[in-house]
Amino acid sequence: MVKKKTEKLIDKNNLRVDGRELNQLRPIKLEVGVLGNADGSAYIEQGKNKILAAVYGPKEIHPKHLAAPDRAVLRCRYHMAPFSVQERKSPAPSRREVELSKVIKEALEPTIFVEYYPRTSIDMFIEVLQADGGTRCASLTAASLALADAGIPMRDLVAACAAGKVDGRLVLDLNDVEDKEGEADLPLAWIPSLNAVTLLQMDGRVTLEEFEQLVNMAVEGCKQIYQFQKEALKAKYIAVKEEVQE
Amino acid sequence: MKYPIVIRVKQKRIAQLVSHGKRLDGRGLTDYRELQIETGVVGRAEGSARVRLGKTEVLVGIKIDVGEPFPDVPDKGVLTVNAELVPLASPSFEPGPPNENAVELARIVDRGIRESKAIALEELCVEPGKKVFIVFVDVYVLNHDGNLIDASAMAALAALLNTKMFNYEVKEGEIEVKPGYTPLPVRDYPVAVTFAKINDKLIVDPWLEEEQVMDARLTITTDKDGNICALQKGGYGYFTTQQILEAAKIAKEKAEELRKLVVKG
Repeated sequence: MVKKKTEKLIDKNNLRVDGRELNQLRPIKLEVGVLGNADGSAYIEQGKNKILAAVYGPKEIHPKHLAAPDRAVLRCRYHMAPFSVQERKSPAPSRREVELSKVIKEALEPTIFVEYYPRTSIDMFIEVLQADGGTRCASLTAASLALADAGIPMRDLVAACAAGKVDGRLVLDLNDVEDKEGEADLPLAWIPSLNAVTLLQMDGRVTLEEFEQLVNMAVEGCKQIYQFQKEALKAKYIAVKEEVQE
Repeated sequence: MKYPIVIRVKQKRIAQLVSHGKRLDGRGLTDYRELQIETGVVGRAEGSARVRLGKTEVLVGIKIDVGEPFPDVPDKGVLTVNAELVPLASPSFEPGPPNENAVELARIVDRGIRESKAIALEELCVEPGKKVFIVFVDVYVLNHDGNLIDASAMAALAALLNTKMFNYEVKEGEIEVKPGYTPLPVRDYPVAVTFAKINDKLIVDPWLEEEQVMDARLTITTDKDGNICALQKGGYGYFTTQQILEAAKIAKEKAEELRKLVVKG
């Protein structure tokens, strides 16, 4: 692989490599109910990220010994397609994917009324078709919509967004280059109605003050993404309504 | 992970006590259990340390090997962290390949060391693009009584500080071992501080039964200058933004105290 070192990630006009402002999200496209077989599904494009999420359940759990007597068990598989990145990724789950599956699962569960469906499983499958940095957040945004699309009772949607430090400046929603060459990346998931942070990770190096700003910045990003999520859900039902009226 | 069942009454008691600012084992909310560090416990390893945090016990061994660098960083050594939740450590651990908890543990420890740039990996390059040293950090949990993350991170740091590399000379692309040893270049001292949220209150260093009661977990790793270098939230509950910021401040103070013990260790 040829090593490319981007000279500067933020230019003198405070614009980033893709022309965005420091606190500007990448363009987001969200679609709900995109897969025929799944009980619920969603598709997200965020910058160059293209991700599908599908949910099956609540359904009978296999193997049976995993069943919980008092609630549904949420299972999650975050997976990257071999062709989703520059150099082919082996389809076998990497340690990174195992970890992300776990944190995404733990970020989604607080929104679901799992106690309504004892002894069942809710299976979430996330496939990253094209990756461009910030896939765990985009996956989570789509996964939450897929759950809603499946009609699973939820406390709220959960929206996710990263903030980070690039060229010494704090920025919102890092893309691939900024993630790899920047100084810090802080993905965060937020449930608006509960003011609850359900996913929080970081790598990099920031001071306590910067950390505080990053958390607030990421929450602001989540607020915007939450609006897109609601619109996407509404769009589906409006489409159904129009179909029925015709 | 399937844990032994804590009696409901005890769970309730733990939660009640925490809401009154107390804990079942008499500690304050931000007190750690007794910490014991022993280094150089495995002679065959280039570095090793055994950490006891209360009854939690973790052994870390460092092995150093020669291998190929990653193509995107041809001039740097390689750091690999692996964690084994060995079945002898807890009735809830089962033999087999690392499960998601083991993977997460390894990756949190890894992130702390990597992001604080604790190891000067640029000094571990033998021949750019061809030969570098690989530092294997293997976390071996011996007894699980809660807060494996902090114990493992401290054991890893203590083991790295204890690591000696053989002296060598490069002759015609081959490494020739010379007599004597030099310490591994360790530049920073990342320390992880883990919080549990119980009844909407934060406590540090949860022991096993507190972990079973907690709603959520948050690990904050800081470097020697007090910068935050790694974070990980775990568990099915959540934190408010205020709680996160409060935790960050406590983590910085606690890490300073712990760092003194580990680095001296």
